[in-house]
Amino acid sequence: MSLKGRHLIDPNDFSLSELDEIFDLADRMADDRDSFGNICNGKILGTLFYEPSTRTRLSFESAMLRMGGKVLGFSDASTSSVSKGESIADTIRVLSSYADVVVMRHPKEGAPKLASEYSLIPVINGGDGGHQHPTQTLTDLLTIRRYRGTLENQTIAFCGDLKFGRTVHSLISAMSRYKGSKFVLISPAELRLPGHLKSSLLEKHNVGIYETENLEEVINQVNVLYMTRIQKERFFNEADYMRLKDSYILSRSKLKDSREDMLVMHPLPRVNEISYDVDDDKRAVYFKQAEFGIYVRMALMALLLGVNVNVNRK
Amino acid sequence: MLTVNSINCGIVIDHIAAGNGIKIFEKLKLDEVDFPVVLLINVSSRKLGRKDIIKIENKIDVDLTMLGLIDPNITVNIIENDKIVKKMNTIIPEEVQGLFKCKNPRCVSNFDEYVTPKFHLAKANGKIHYRCGYCEELTTYSI
Repeated sequence: MSLKGRHLIDPNDFSLSELDEIFDLADRMADDRDSFGNICNGKILGTLFYEPSTRTRLSFESAMLRMGGKVLGFSDASTSSVSKGESIADTIRVLSSYADVVVMRHPKEGAPKLASEYSLIPVINGGDGGHQHPTQTLTDLLTIRRYRGTLENQTIAFCGDLKFGRTVHSLISAMSRYKGSKFVLISPAELRLPGHLKSSLLEKHNVGIYETENLEEVINQVNVLYMTRIQKERFFNEADYMRLKDSYILSRSKLKDSREDMLVMHPLPRVNEISYDVDDDKRAVYFKQAEFGIYVRMALMALLLGVNVNVNRK
Repeated sequence: MLTVNSINCGIVIDHIAAGNGIKIFEKLKLDEVDFPVVLLINVSSRKLGRKDIIKIENKIDVDLTMLGLIDPNITVNIIENDKIVKKMNTIIPEEVQGLFKCKNPRCVSNFDEYVTPKFHLAKANGKIHYRCGYCEELTTYSI
């Protein structure tokens, strides 16, 4: 099934072969970006950001501009007709005639899904509350695939706030579809992966899951270490926070026992969960990960728009 | 033992879990009708131990989907000339639209007036839940 005209609301909306199609194109774009500089000439990306997001919005805008397209939209709902009480359905129906593809970030969960039901153009979920952030997941998958060569048989450790982190939920759910995935979940008891998500992963995909509170216990056993920020206010009491806070900060000394080819990933922005002295370690790929986010968004939009991408084929 | 006469023509809603009878009685607005209705509560039942029964001496439309959401064990008997002419089970719908709201306070369906909440059936631990078509949270219908 072609990706042209489709929406991306949930990473699992696409089959594994459709995801491969996006990643294959993203790889070609990363290796030869200039060749794709005009493939979206005459196309317009609409950006509907109902809540502030610098990184995701700029990443989408950069991706479209790098393909020769143009961008219009708003980055603050208070300056748009939305502040007058316009429904999402009305906004998207009007925007369907102004743009060719739209990315929406919204604080309410399910808002992009609602928009997709009334839109005449492809809708991309740019993050809806604590629910989904599928283009971050595509970015994470592309990063793992580029460094490891495959998405199968990976042991991934997730460290930090696994209860509220939507990037973690999305990536675990997406990686569960690949053969041989194993997950190591490192978090304090209060911030463990929600039980309903864990049981659904075990029922549907029979994946291996190991839970611990201690990063150092498992750091030498994993291919990928996915760090997330852990917020003080998420702890139930100060004593637990003081006891555990340092165990969720990755420093260069903690990396000494890890595999030479392990990847340290982070959705960014980081605060203090990865020490600056890790940045120049070859295992730290989080800034490359952010760069791959541009290529995966370029590939995604090009395929949803159905533009000609056979530009650098021999 | 309390006895209640059988009805000649009408509907018997049977096998209602004890305690749900009054709720269904109110949901069907049977307190507003002008024909005879009997609500029996805590009746002995081999299957359920205790059950509630509603006998309605009139043929009214009952929403089998709504009854299924409340209690999937309910049976509905249609009575004509003192005999059961039709026995119906409730329906546990695969899809539900607009009958209840999503329990997730952050779900768009609780904010945008344009949206009709919709759900897909999701059984978990032997219980019936519905997964929201927008935010994917599980909601259990209750009255």
